[in-house]
Amino acid sequence: MSRIKATFAALAAQKRTALIPFVTAGDPTAVITVPLMHTLVKAGADVIELGVPFSDPMADGPVIQRASERALKNGVGLINVLAYVSQFRETNTITPVVLMGYANPIERMGLAIFAARAKAAGVDGVLVVDYPPEESVEVLKALDAVGIDSIYLLSPTSTAQRIKLVAQSARGYIYYVSLKGVTGAANIDTEAVSEMIKQIKAETSLPVGVGFGIRDGATAKLVAAFADAVVIGSRIIQELEASPPEAALVNVEKLVSDIRHAMDA
Amino acid sequence: MQMYDLPYNLPDASGHFGPYGGVFVAETLQAALQELNLEYERAKADPEFMAEFQRELKHYVGRPSPIYHAKRLSDELGGAQIYLKREDLNHTGAHKINNTIGQALLARRMGKPRIIAETGAGQHGVASATVAARYGLECVVYMGSEDIKRQAQNVYRMKLLGATVVPVDSGSKTLKDALNEAMRDWVTHVENTFYIIGTVAGPHPYPMLVRDFNSVVGKECLWQMPEMIGQQPDAVLACVGGGSNAMGIFFDYIPHQKVRLIGCEAGGEGIETGRHAASLSAGTPGILHGNRTYLIQNADGQIIDTHSVSAGLDYPGVGPEHAWLKDAGRAEYVAVNDDEALAAFHRLCRTEGIIPALESSHAVAHAMKMAPMMAKDKVLLVNLSGRGDKDMATVAERSGLQFYCRPSCQANQNL
Repeated sequence: MSRIKATFAALAAQKRTALIPFVTAGDPTAVITVPLMHTLVKAGADVIELGVPFSDPMADGPVIQRASERALKNGVGLINVLAYVSQFRETNTITPVVLMGYANPIERMGLAIFAARAKAAGVDGVLVVDYPPEESVEVLKALDAVGIDSIYLLSPTSTAQRIKLVAQSARGYIYYVSLKGVTGAANIDTEAVSEMIKQIKAETSLPVGVGFGIRDGATAKLVAAFADAVVIGSRIIQELEASPPEAALVNVEKLVSDIRHAMDA
Repeated sequence: MQMYDLPYNLPDASGHFGPYGGVFVAETLQAALQELNLEYERAKADPEFMAEFQRELKHYVGRPSPIYHAKRLSDELGGAQIYLKREDLNHTGAHKINNTIGQALLARRMGKPRIIAETGAGQHGVASATVAARYGLECVVYMGSEDIKRQAQNVYRMKLLGATVVPVDSGSKTLKDALNEAMRDWVTHVENTFYIIGTVAGPHPYPMLVRDFNSVVGKECLWQMPEMIGQQPDAVLACVGGGSNAMGIFFDYIPHQKVRLIGCEAGGEGIETGRHAASLSAGTPGILHGNRTYLIQNADGQIIDTHSVSAGLDYPGVGPEHAWLKDAGRAEYVAVNDDEALAAFHRLCRTEGIIPALESSHAVAHAMKMAPMMAKDKVLLVNLSGRGDKDMATVAERSGLQFYCRPSCQANQNL
């Protein structure tokens, strides 16, 4: 059983919702990423979404964009990200790691090479924002071939037809973008989100996670009532931005474990 | 070997030109692009819509734009005859207005009261602000803060026309970052907002619809050239940044296989220096801004900073149809350096009394290179895509306020 499947199965048995923090690899420094991943696990992360820096992160808001720019300044690209996952796997073989980013660095490396290297590094899932199902038939094949889950997005603007299409291609879990906008935008309308999750669940047996616009424990708890996973990204990156380097890990640990406790309460 | 079918009918239904083009955008925009595609197909088939577009082109833009025989320049060069398609004479001074009228009419048809646009040199921003004023639409233009410095006059023009100009401080602070920011705005305000893309790039259907609206340029040439000289040109030249003026003049010439199509990219300080914007001449395929095309990128797949003396060509990608025309061998692409473009700029000023945009000067420069090696009865048609008024400050700075005079007035200037 894949790590993602095993994780969601175990959580479902405990009637708990997955907490999925997102951080950009190489931000704010190159050396922090692996310790940061371990910190996230310690604070209660069930899956880690690791952002692959890209020069033109079109779907991200200013917070994640700044993180991407800092990481690129630190010289961190896809090859480094894969190395971080390998290092993380030296001591953690349980927590699923999902790479999240944009198509071009993967295209540049080459699909087959990327799939093989990601598998060897211990990557469990890949979410590429600008690879919709229509344009990623080959990608899906390449990742299926090595047993890496292709994670796809759905959004408030997704039509019934697109929900069906995504449900067919999706592996691992589906990431529901809770609002029209970029990452880190305003607060979400939990009622509308819960309605949409129902529609998605009618088309798939995969877990559905919700992200974009979840900034605190209270919102995470509301979302956890109907979603299988809660994704938190920009809020964590802001914590990293605001923390002095020596306090970064401690502050992120507190932030994430507070959210974890609110969800479990 | 001909790699494409005639009649030429790309893109295919899913927006691909061979391996290029497509819809590489996040899920949130998929529905909006499908809606746009559907509505554009309806509009194209609606005689009233097309008639209104034509009326606007005639009475508001001033089309057809003339073709002018640059005889003094041709005589000086002593070879092929150079003809200029005078898009610089359009309302707002460039070809950009053709496309923005088409898209603004679509916005109105779709009931979107707000338009957004990205701009590099400011020409597309001005054209968008212009049509927004013309049709009473709210208009927000995203512009890199680096470009805002370079093109202060166009920023003021946009404001005069009632548009809001939003400086973009991310990334390289130029056109590509303005495009990222406009996409983010669109994702957030997708119900009431129409995104007017200024070039033949972006996700499908944009490369197709921008090309179609701008193809009026080549359509006119197809009848103007025979009317003027009894034949089609031997080659058609146009500058290529994103490539909208080039697609505009190339498109109807694609089936005319005897006519060479030559795109002139920004060679900047020289391809070998790495400071250029010649995606087709020196780039590699990849995915940016919703489509697969040639990009200027590093080994890690990061888009790298480009350089050109002309802000309008300073873009690390290129329209996917150009990528296809290059691979299919139907069009040729060359790089023209900053210095060559500037020399052509000055030469056209003093031999023909036409001040070209620095973008268009790249195409003029290549025609000047080709003409002396060709017979006098050969014909080069250059798309003079815009006028150079916006470039006064750049040219003055680059040439240290030196003026290049005819020998007859050289004496006077020395006084």
